[in-house]
Amino acid sequence: MSTLVRGLVSTALVVACGTAAFWWGTDGFSAYTAEAARRADILRSPRPVPTVVLEDQDGRRFSLEDYRGRLLAVEFIYTRCMTVCRSLGLAFRQIREAVPPEALERDFALLSISFDPERDDPASLKAYGRNFGADGEHWRLARVRDAGELAALLAAFGVVVISDRFGGFEHNAAIHLVGRDGRLVEISDLDEPLAFAGKVREKL
Amino acid sequence: MPARGCRRHLAWAAGVLYLLLATPPARAWLEATMSAHMLAQIPLLAALGFVACRLLPERTQDALLDRAGGIVPCVLLATFASSYWMLPRALDEALARGAVEAAKFVSLPVLVGLPLALAWRRLGTLGRGFVWTNFFSMLAVLGWLYIAAPVRVCNSYLVDQQESTGWLMVWIAVLMFVGWLGSLFVGGKGNPASLQSSSSERDAVDTEPTGQAGGT
Repeated sequence: MSTLVRGLVSTALVVACGTAAFWWGTDGFSAYTAEAARRADILRSPRPVPTVVLEDQDGRRFSLEDYRGRLLAVEFIYTRCMTVCRSLGLAFRQIREAVPPEALERDFALLSISFDPERDDPASLKAYGRNFGADGEHWRLARVRDAGELAALLAAFGVVVISDRFGGFEHNAAIHLVGRDGRLVEISDLDEPLAFAGKVREKL
Repeated sequence: MPARGCRRHLAWAAGVLYLLLATPPARAWLEATMSAHMLAQIPLLAALGFVACRLLPERTQDALLDRAGGIVPCVLLATFASSYWMLPRALDEALARGAVEAAKFVSLPVLVGLPLALAWRRLGTLGRGFVWTNFFSMLAVLGWLYIAAPVRVCNSYLVDQQESTGWLMVWIAVLMFVGWLGSLFVGGKGNPASLQSSSSERDAVDTEPTGQAGGT
């Protein structure tokens, strides 16, 4: 009898602890991938992003800090990318077109940041921007020259970049929204630019 | 039960292999691809726990099993813990955070290999069949999900690796299933009896799960 009871208690304990571990490890059975977890985590607790020094397509130096007080859409790209960054570029264009022009002047900006500073010099950034209709003012393209700063920036955004076998990169592509207080507040899928633009309009 | 000297050698080998797996070069090597991470490193860690358990005196194993509450909680524990490390998120986090990596190295031998080894000797044909088929189906379903997933499930691995790992999982599941079925029939003159006399030490080593996994 006591072995039976012990077996039952033990089984119940295993089921309870196992379920709790899964609950804890998947944010309540909602996030089974690191990407889903990153997005859920940002929504729960917006994260400050480091104020790194960037260099834009015209060679101008600036800081993320300069965007304080404005909403900022951020994407991470490399200019030779022919796959997912194309979708990102198109998504950014759709967002820009869906946001009222007067907001672009004062309250909202877009920024494409390259994680391949070695090859993405201002000239290639400019060419890339021209392809997607970036104006270089309200939608700038930039690189982070300092490797340490770039790593810190990617880590803060939760972007993982790995090399593929063809000299390019694979990365978790998404559209990031940085709030007026300089904190990352939301991460959206790149195939839902209009929903993202809607959220931006709500916050304007 | 292996002879004494033999057992000492096995213990050394298992310990050395475990430490070797934990070295940064071995980790980098086995974690460089999704398939090696999921289908080599993780099963090896669990297998080491299984072997380590078998190296304990039989009486200790029996006492541990009784203390743990019998075969059902042990099998359940191994199922929960092994399923956890099949989550794509767990793989990513093991790569990104040292604490999660350490948890993987501890939990796979202790919470998967050990309880499975404890329960295995007392499982009959039916029980073992349940564990095996559960494992095959989990592997095949997860493999299929990896193949069919429209999104990249691991940020740390290339998307084509996801697909190749998925196919590998499906193939391993199919081959192991065929092998297991075959063993039921072929090993099978008076098969149930031969499987049930499972407390014999030969059997304990022969039916070690990942040992058979390598039977391809």
